[in-house]
Amino acid sequence: MADYIKFGKRQVTKEEYLAPGHRACIGCGEALAVRLACKALGRNVIISNATGCIEIISSQLPWTSWRVPWIHTLFENAAAVASGIEAGLKVMGRKGRRSSDKVNVVAIAGDGGTSDIGLQALSGALERGHDMLYLCFDNEAYMNTGIQRSSATPFGASTTTAPAGKMSIGQVTWKKDLPSIAVAHNIPYVATACPSYPFDLMDKVAKGAAVDGPAYIHIFSMCPTGWRCAPELAIEIGRLAVQTGIFPLYEVEDGKYKLSVKVPKLKPVVDYLKRQGRFGHLSEDTIQEIQDRVHKDHAKLVDKVASSAAVA
Amino acid sequence: MAKRVGIEVSVAIGEVCKLINVDVVAAYPITPQTHIVEHLAELVADGELDASYIPVESEHSAMSACLGASAVGARAFTATAGQGLELMHEVLYVASSMRLPIVMTVANRPLSSPLSVWGDHSDAMAVRDTGWIQIFTENGQEVVDSVLCAFRIGEDSRVLLPVMVHLDGFHLTHMIEPIYIPEQSEVDKFLPPFNYPLPLDPERPLTMGAFGPPVIFPETKKAQEVNLRAAKKVVLECWDEFGKVFGRHYHPVEHYRSEGARVLLLTMGSFSETAAAAIDKMITDGKDVGLIRLRLWRPFPFEEIRQAVKDAEVLIVLDRAISFGGPGGPVCSEIRSALYGEDKRPKIISAVSGLGGRDISIAGFEEIVGRGIEVSQTGSEQEFEVFGVRE
Repeated sequence: MADYIKFGKRQVTKEEYLAPGHRACIGCGEALAVRLACKALGRNVIISNATGCIEIISSQLPWTSWRVPWIHTLFENAAAVASGIEAGLKVMGRKGRRSSDKVNVVAIAGDGGTSDIGLQALSGALERGHDMLYLCFDNEAYMNTGIQRSSATPFGASTTTAPAGKMSIGQVTWKKDLPSIAVAHNIPYVATACPSYPFDLMDKVAKGAAVDGPAYIHIFSMCPTGWRCAPELAIEIGRLAVQTGIFPLYEVEDGKYKLSVKVPKLKPVVDYLKRQGRFGHLSEDTIQEIQDRVHKDHAKLVDKVASSAAVA
Repeated sequence: MAKRVGIEVSVAIGEVCKLINVDVVAAYPITPQTHIVEHLAELVADGELDASYIPVESEHSAMSACLGASAVGARAFTATAGQGLELMHEVLYVASSMRLPIVMTVANRPLSSPLSVWGDHSDAMAVRDTGWIQIFTENGQEVVDSVLCAFRIGEDSRVLLPVMVHLDGFHLTHMIEPIYIPEQSEVDKFLPPFNYPLPLDPERPLTMGAFGPPVIFPETKKAQEVNLRAAKKVVLECWDEFGKVFGRHYHPVEHYRSEGARVLLLTMGSFSETAAAAIDKMITDGKDVGLIRLRLWRPFPFEEIRQAVKDAEVLIVLDRAISFGGPGGPVCSEIRSALYGEDKRPKIISAVSGLGGRDISIAGFEEIVGRGIEVSQTGSEQEFEVFGVRE
């Protein structure tokens, strides 16, 4: 298997499986993340895509940006469609109707298609143990339909359906912890990734595809349009999300937690928040509340990593 | 030569799926469909059927998994009923629009509320416009034969459409009937292997399900309509061939003592057998009546219906569903619109009965027909009447 972190760009294919010329916004972190994931996956793949940003920017009859087999059907069923693909390939291989070599079956969806409307189908697919990789590209709201809040929208962010106003700070709930929900299914591989750390992302995608059984990777996907920041800041904001502890990068292999990027001293969350218009209205008190929560969550994660190491 | 066996209709569906050698079964349990999928699960567990059985977490995912399986070229089957059919509603459109020849049996059941597991046609009527080929069956033999034909019709390269076989919940699903189960060799000869022309395959990348902007969307829908309508030719071909091989003959509109009858009753599904007994009694009593049964629901058999009723004076259409606040039962509406342009057509009377598993007895059918004849002469202030209901 490739080791992109160790050998870096020399191993990254020059092939583009998500062709250039798609209609993503300038600075789209999600399109970049999908592009990198596709490079790690290679040709031997079938993708089941939920309705969402990636689907609409990459497909419009009669054109397509996809150079690998790709199917989109509905919003909430990417995991269920992938289940059928995996089961179909397996039985046809067994019956000699096609090669029995493994094809990487990959479901991709946004945060809405994963944490809200598609959660049931995802849980079903993970529980049944299909040999598939699920990639959630999390841009923290329904960006495709115009920046409406989802359960993955962070506390304090202003969106079009949870706007900041005289009586509200915007989102009043904390981000749903999807990776933990995936871990609770006792699947062999769960990870978080961010395209600001491209080789780490690609390593994880390759690992998730190779593992036998279901794998889930939650990918932080910067969205300058919805987050109201300059497009050229997207990569930096992704890096800050990791360095502040807002979106830590880790892996959970067979239930064991491991940090992928160790941050000896977390940067203050305000460094991350202040660069984005969606948080522009937050008071110092609210920022402190977020800071406290991040420290608490990060401490919990560090504990899990430590206890995993102790068991190992 | 096939043997005739006493078998529950749901179990017989499983048996014929085994002979068809389905690849993927994705199903979620719902009464009265359960015996169908239970038997399939049993066949897989016993190694009698080499298929992937996906015990999905909802009907929405059942149909979605069938989409995925069919898109890679696997033969996909599922079964559902009532609420389950409604939960997969949006997925049904995708199956037909993307030309995926999935086969599904529907154990017809009403829609809540109140909750009812007993049969009627409300679920089927709600999915009328989903673009599937749809067949209504009268008895267990017809169910088994229709499932076999469904795969052959749907997988035909001229068609490539999903097919729904409707059978009445309980009144058919749970009946033990004498049924000829075909021999494996007969099935192999009748049903060619499934070779989906454009499967998802890393060797030949293709995009399925790109979105359609206004410059192309209407063309896709027109093509779909032309395709479904043209499928009727293949349906007729298949039934013709089936008759030659198996000696059982099926038609889009079936007739029972209808020739020359002044009054015709039109039914769908298993209640047609009781209706036939009622027609026998009424003829013995000197009444000029006959029965026709609509078997092919989509594509709608306009020509056959027009031919079947052209000499009748009164046509009473029985619906086992209500179009609330509408012109009458949904089937009757379709019949009316199919006949509206005809110079010579019978008076059409809409009757609704048999909702939520309530039986219609021979006397019940006599009442429906008697009242229909009366209304045809006197007229009625109501768009339609509901029979067998306490006021």
